Amino acid sequence: MIDRIAAFGRIGLDIVSSFGRSGRFLSGVLGGVPRPATGFPLLVKQLYAVGVLSLPIIVVSGLFIGMVLGLQGYTILSDYGSEAAIGQMIALTLVRELGPVVTALLFAGRAGSALTAEIGLMKATEQLSSMEMMGVDPLRRVVAPRLWAGFIAMPVLAVIFSVVGIWGGMLVGVDWLGVFAGSFWGNMQSSVDFVDDVLNGGIKSVVFGFVCAWIAVYQGYDCVPTSAGISSATTKTVVYSSLAVLGLDFVLTAVMFGDF
Amino acid sequence: MAQRTTEIIVGLFMIAGCAALLFLALQVSGLSAKSAESTYTLYANFNDTGGLTPRGRVSMAGVTVGTIESITLNKETFQARVEMSIHSEVDNIPADSSAVIRTSGLLGEQYIDISIGAEMASLNEGDTFYSTQSAMNLERLISNFASGR
Repeated sequence: MIDRIAAFGRIGLDIVSSFGRSGRFLSGVLGGVPRPATGFPLLVKQLYAVGVLSLPIIVVSGLFIGMVLGLQGYTILSDYGSEAAIGQMIALTLVRELGPVVTALLFAGRAGSALTAEIGLMKATEQLSSMEMMGVDPLRRVVAPRLWAGFIAMPVLAVIFSVVGIWGGMLVGVDWLGVFAGSFWGNMQSSVDFVDDVLNGGIKSVVFGFVCAWIAVYQGYDCVPTSAGISSATTKTVVYSSLAVLGLDFVLTAVMFGDF
Repeated sequence: MAQRTTEIIVGLFMIAGCAALLFLALQVSGLSAKSAESTYTLYANFNDTGGLTPRGRVSMAGVTVGTIESITLNKETFQARVEMSIHSEVDNIPADSSAVIRTSGLLGEQYIDISIGAEMASLNEGDTFYSTQSAMNLERLISNFASGR
């Protein structure tokens, strides 16, 4: 019985100490900003792996989500005769909320898990420790480019997601369901504010990108160096990133769009 | 994959992101889509335009014949001056027609409907509608109804 309680305490201490380790890990990574000459090719390679290779899933998801928003929105708005408001509904939903959040969730699932598995495997096959022995800082050479790549790629992916979604909504609303194109775009333009909506969405996607990339690289770096450990770290990346994104989304939305 | 190819592809990716951001920005700041057909401009003065917005619809007998370009305030007469682009093919609107603000559905978006007059002469480029009817004001209607007028 006492052992069970002690086990709980152990779990709590482990969680807190892992937060601490992740903080020290982050300061080590950010402190070692890659030098431009050697670091830039590494960054480009990681941007390709993390950003460009995520494009197919982001674009296809964005298209379908935009189309579904158009369809569902039209069905609901036609009850009030306000079909022409579909444009602003789709644009505001995507730019403020779904763009950053869904992109972050897809990013965590695709790119985050890939980052974790890669770094975890490097740790398990002792590549990280042999790099340290050779005098190359693994945080600077391996981890930092991946963190910065995730940080840069996420906002770009979120914007592409929003644009493709709006285009998909336009396909459904204007071309298929017959909403007048002028009111579709006109209502959208009069209700979406660049600073309040687009930039706030951009801020959200930057924050989510940072959190997802940080969790992904940390879980890879900190995993138990066995195959079971790597798989559990990959799962933890996706779960923790998703929870963090959704929780932060609520906080950011309350701060940005609430009435404080 | 060769380093150069990777860099080019990543460059294209960033350009696509910037283009998407530009699209979001322009779409927000209200640059209008180029209309394929030629149009001419007509004006109308209203006492109350209600919820009319630029790029709204102008229709005649239920058919869309143009769009609203801009709505400005005339400081001398304190009326709203609405500038409309009408499709050039619709060139025989009688000179005594009136522009009425209607609502599609009960609470839908508002548009301008052109109510045909009887004159032989037509409205030309730059003409102003002779008579107009302002937007329905729900509060005034309810208060009229409540006070029994």
